[in-house]
Amino acid sequence: MPDTLIVPSIGSGLAVPGRRPVAVSIAGASKSFKLPHNRASTLKERVLQPRSAHTFEWLHAVNNVSVDVEQGEFFGIVGRNGSGKSTLLKCLAGIYRLDAGTITLRGSLSPFIELGVGFNMEMTARDNVIINAIMLGLSRREAIARFDQIIDFAELHDFLDLKLKNYSSGMLVRLAFSVSIQVNADVLLIDEVLAVGDANFQQKCFDELERLKRQGRTVLFVTHDMGSVERFCNRAMLMSHGNVVEIGDPATIARHYYKLNFATSTAGDDASADAVAISTLESDATIVSVWFEDGDGVRVEQQEHGRTGCIAMEVEFNATVEDPIFTATLRNGADTTVFSASSQPDNLETGKFRTGDRPIVRLRYDNWLAAGRYVVDATIARRGTGANILDYRRDATSVVVHGARPTAGVVDLPSTFEIAPR
Amino acid sequence: MSTELAVTDSPANDRALVETAAIVAPSAFGGDLRRLWSLTFTLATTEFRLRYLGSVLGYVWSLLRPLLFFGVIYVVYTKIFKVSSGLHYGVYLLSNIILWTFFLEATGASIQCLVAREGLLRKVRFPRLAIPLSVCLTSAFTLVMNLVVVIIFAFANGVDPRWTWLELPVIVALWGLLAFGVGMILSVMFVRMRDVQPIWDVFSQILFYGSPLIYTLSRYPQHLQKYVLINPVAALAAQMAHAFVDPRYPSVGAAMGGEIRVLVPLAVIAVVVGFGLWLFIRRAPLIAENL
Repeated sequence: MPDTLIVPSIGSGLAVPGRRPVAVSIAGASKSFKLPHNRASTLKERVLQPRSAHTFEWLHAVNNVSVDVEQGEFFGIVGRNGSGKSTLLKCLAGIYRLDAGTITLRGSLSPFIELGVGFNMEMTARDNVIINAIMLGLSRREAIARFDQIIDFAELHDFLDLKLKNYSSGMLVRLAFSVSIQVNADVLLIDEVLAVGDANFQQKCFDELERLKRQGRTVLFVTHDMGSVERFCNRAMLMSHGNVVEIGDPATIARHYYKLNFATSTAGDDASADAVAISTLESDATIVSVWFEDGDGVRVEQQEHGRTGCIAMEVEFNATVEDPIFTATLRNGADTTVFSASSQPDNLETGKFRTGDRPIVRLRYDNWLAAGRYVVDATIARRGTGANILDYRRDATSVVVHGARPTAGVVDLPSTFEIAPR
Repeated sequence: MSTELAVTDSPANDRALVETAAIVAPSAFGGDLRRLWSLTFTLATTEFRLRYLGSVLGYVWSLLRPLLFFGVIYVVYTKIFKVSSGLHYGVYLLSNIILWTFFLEATGASIQCLVAREGLLRKVRFPRLAIPLSVCLTSAFTLVMNLVVVIIFAFANGVDPRWTWLELPVIVALWGLLAFGVGMILSVMFVRMRDVQPIWDVFSQILFYGSPLIYTLSRYPQHLQKYVLINPVAALAAQMAHAFVDPRYPSVGAAMGGEIRVLVPLAVIAVVVGFGLWLFIRRAPLIAENL
């Protein structure tokens, strides 16, 4: 579509693997924040407590991070809250100043890390598009010239003169994303944005990013959503407490991210989280991937109400495990668990698995769910007592259920009204 | 900061010509003055439109406040105390109040401008100077409209246009420069120290009543006048009175006893702006993390 996005002469040389130049080079990047114990923010406090202002501790938000991202790569940065991933992104964007280390960049860099910054809810979409585009680095003339393209991509022609405060969050994201891809940058930085919006638009966003990638643009992407990391990233980096835990292929990183999360939630003690996480990185079984299918065994992202649905997971065993317990849980948009099924209550003999076995486990169900988006959590546990969990993946992937009748309930059970006159 | 793409037609060239650049922290100017200007202008016009959005009388309100203040002072001075100087005192008073209102509004809005735009500062790399600059520009839009009212008022009071009216844009620009200089200092200091707000409230009151704005320079003893005019606010008001209101008001040069001495209040403005710029440039890279 937009001729404005064309990047000059990406030759066939780019297609040769291993020959791609480095787009972003981070070497020994460190960033610490001073956390005063009692920050004096008024003159009186400073005068009355001259000493207290001097006690503080250092928060090492980013600690000696080094990584090279190749041109055209879609690079994911994942980690729990407070792991330093957003701080790293801000250093990359040139919003924070590094304490040590260097970041070198080839080409131009998008100056923003979040979509929709500077959106003003009191103004119309028309005004906001222009203002936002200018803030993101376009000139006024460019912003006006690209206005139609932006609106075309967002598919919001009918809502141009609506104030943004009347927009839904999904519409806001559409508008924001559409503006941001008009910014001519070789390296794009994106912080947690594509989690909102409906499934179709999300796909459209990723298609667009995919297209930019083919043009030789590089995308650095910070997220909690392992589904999108696995679907779209070429490589990913796992961070914890400001340190790089691992850099590798998205599936492995996603798995280790869940382990890290799970280890912390059971270990409780935050300080030992890293130790626990790393010690449990290799386990007897891992959930390789989770997806949805329809009744015919076709992979889907949407399921129709009233039909047979299926959650499938591929598991890899690294040791001999007998009769493991598989569990899948569906949560709706309000984070309410609406469906949870486990092979345990049935006392199912799931079989004996050996190292290297990669079975696919399918859970079929009649889909009576209300319309909406559902995320799935998958667990594999050793038979027996206690929380002997081998692998756990929260938010593994999601599905959109459609075709249900409008309802305020969490399910739309097959039902009919019967009215008997007295 | 960022570098441009090297455009080439050769398909074999896989952008080896693209320069590499190191990422540095955001700066006051951002190395691109056009972006600084377009951003400043956008922020200023947006703010200006938002201010008058949703109020029926819109702009009228921003004129009504200084007009009301003018009315009170005018009645008190000419009808109750009867201390009017006679030289188009109404025009003198109104022009001073309108310019002072601009100065007060611009500096007052500058104090919190960085803190208020935290979201922008933490999420986008852009020339930091755009924020205090846009605040002054927004106030300047109102000032320009108010000055039209002042000029109409001057005509209505029988003030004849003279060639010295051409000094008006220079005087207004100097007010703007002074407000910008003070605004930069206040905005950057407020990030770390919140009592900047009350301190400036008190200080600006002293400045207002200490400068010959609602009274004329002639209220001061002759030998003190040249010292009073070191204060740039006093000097700008005095020159405005001479050039715009009535030539019988002494010019700054005349009141200070020598045209060359005009440079003294100008130097004060230069020092304020220079110090403001120096402080702002020094702190700009760290504004985002100190918010």
